[in-house]
Amino acid sequence: MAGIKIAGVSKVYAGGVKAVNSVSIDIADGEFIVLVGPSGCGKSTLLRMVAGLEAISDGEVSIGGRVVNRMEPAERDIAMVFQNYALYPHMTVYQNLAYGLKNRGTPKAEIDARVAEAARMLEITQYLERKPRALSGGQRQRVAMGRAIVRKPAAFLFDEPLSNLDAKLRVSMRGEIKRLQRRLGTTSIYVTHDQLEAMTLADRLVVLNGGRIEQIGSPLEVYHAPASTFVASFIGSPAMNLVSGELHGNRLAIGPAVIELGAEAPASGPVTVGIRAEDLHPAREGEAVLPFAVDYVEELGAQRLVHGQVGDQMLTVALSPEIAIGEQLSLAIDPARLHFFAVDGGKRIGKGSVPAGVAAPVVQPV
Amino acid sequence: MDTKKTTFDSRLLPYLLLAPQLFITLVFFIWPAAQAVKSSFEREDPFGLSTTFVGLLHYQRLFEDPNYIDALIRTAVFAVSVTALSMVLGLAFAAAVDRLTRTGRVYTTLLVWPYAVAPVVAGVLWWFLFNSTTGLMPFLLQKAGIRWDHDLNGTQAMILIIIAAAWKQVSYNFLFFLAGLQSVPQSLMEAAAIDGSGPVKRFFTISLPLLSPTTFFLFIINVNYTMFDTFPIVDATTVGGPAQATTTLVYKVYQDGYLGLNLGSSSAQSVLLMMIVMVLTFVQFRYVERRVQY
Repeated sequence: MAGIKIAGVSKVYAGGVKAVNSVSIDIADGEFIVLVGPSGCGKSTLLRMVAGLEAISDGEVSIGGRVVNRMEPAERDIAMVFQNYALYPHMTVYQNLAYGLKNRGTPKAEIDARVAEAARMLEITQYLERKPRALSGGQRQRVAMGRAIVRKPAAFLFDEPLSNLDAKLRVSMRGEIKRLQRRLGTTSIYVTHDQLEAMTLADRLVVLNGGRIEQIGSPLEVYHAPASTFVASFIGSPAMNLVSGELHGNRLAIGPAVIELGAEAPASGPVTVGIRAEDLHPAREGEAVLPFAVDYVEELGAQRLVHGQVGDQMLTVALSPEIAIGEQLSLAIDPARLHFFAVDGGKRIGKGSVPAGVAAPVVQPV
Repeated sequence: MDTKKTTFDSRLLPYLLLAPQLFITLVFFIWPAAQAVKSSFEREDPFGLSTTFVGLLHYQRLFEDPNYIDALIRTAVFAVSVTALSMVLGLAFAAAVDRLTRTGRVYTTLLVWPYAVAPVVAGVLWWFLFNSTTGLMPFLLQKAGIRWDHDLNGTQAMILIIIAAAWKQVSYNFLFFLAGLQSVPQSLMEAAAIDGSGPVKRFFTISLPLLSPTTFFLFIINVNYTMFDTFPIVDATTVGGPAQATTTLVYKVYQDGYLGLNLGSSSAQSVLLMMIVMVLTFVQFRYVERRVQY
């Protein structure tokens, strides 16, 4: 058990390409950190630097208080789950699980006990004598997890472990990973490009873009108070609407519509306005109205996504299926739920907060 | 492994496409082989005017002939030595080149060159290097207190053709082993590194087992190579001597048939050689391949 400290870590490849740019993250013991970002954002490189598979160009990584920059992967006391599972194809499941322990000279009796325990935990006991090729994708995934947990490492590193599974299996494995991590209480770093996976798994999210950290925070903080337009458009589905508007005194103009903010605006002049699709609702009596021209509707069952325009700007609205939709809609929004970003740079203006009524999830110890 | 099934519109087309290959196989392999089988049961008079059917006489005589038994043992020693030497060296070079990132291509090119050298040239090359009067190697060996003369010493002659034959085959084995090593997924090596396995241990516990299909394939190819294709090397280097010390089965076929004009016995020998290779290949495919399938 150990925390991980990543301090000012950079990765510069030959030719001067900076894949990771001075990233610092403090990970508490037992915390589940998810690195999320689009492909090429440096999240995997960062993980591989923690693992020791990639040299650290600058900065320092310490695991459990030990600086590990110059240590071999084996000495770092970590275990990694790979995207393609990386199971040894010529070994049985048992041998796959035992390989790491054997290399460390663990006594045979203890290897047996630990493998048996991990296999029981992951429900792969009946497959121990099989070769990986005789297993399904989900079972291979479990074996890969088993190989990580038998070692009882200080930290788990996950490199997009679920992206080779089909959608249904991904959801159930996601739950299992979360449950297992809670139960073992092992510090974990998890890399994914899937924002939903990131939201559901993370204690804290690290959103990366172009090798830099855009935001670190709990999933709800990141969702409700994105630090930049990048985070706003990346986290959440459908993506947050970003429209250009203009602030003046306590009023906001979006195209033809003017919204009374009820309080002094945090800035003045042109801004990018962020609006979550579910924060818009049909205008009631006396509310400021956004005239909305409907283009097309996506039915999702529990809700419908209505795409259309306010003025000449595209907007997506999530509405309950009970609401009748014509060619034109009058929409309104609680001004407290508006997000403002600087036009250049896209940084957030004004502090955001998790709105009242959204409670932090209560996690029962397993 | 899934194979793609091709459907032809015409029933004739597939046969037409196969015809050139079948024709070549028929004319250059099946027909001569059938001729060899036929003449192994016959005795021909010195002028080629009449042939008599003699049944298994040639075969019976071969197994009573100590020269033939010696050649058989010699060939086994030769085949095992060449295969082992060229495969171990090929694997060692492949493992070394696999670790290189930038210069790998240069070394690959250089290491493949011997394969492009004609066997006779390779034989002559080693003959020169080891020539007892003018060669470089005997000169160096002399300093180490070894007197080298493969024209007189049968063991040294055997060592010489083993080196020459293996040298040519190292390139081939190297290429296949390198391709095999490079197709071992990088993430497996990384997983093993995290699992606490050093480079040497990774090689022996991960790479080598995963290479076993390649190793198996090369084993068959190499044995067949030493059985059949080493004739030019023997002929150019030692001419089967001294005192038959390097007369392998394939060389004996040539000596008895082409030089000695004992066509019946020579045919019987080539049929036996063919059967040995067929049996070896069959045994290997039947029993070894099962263990190397992933």
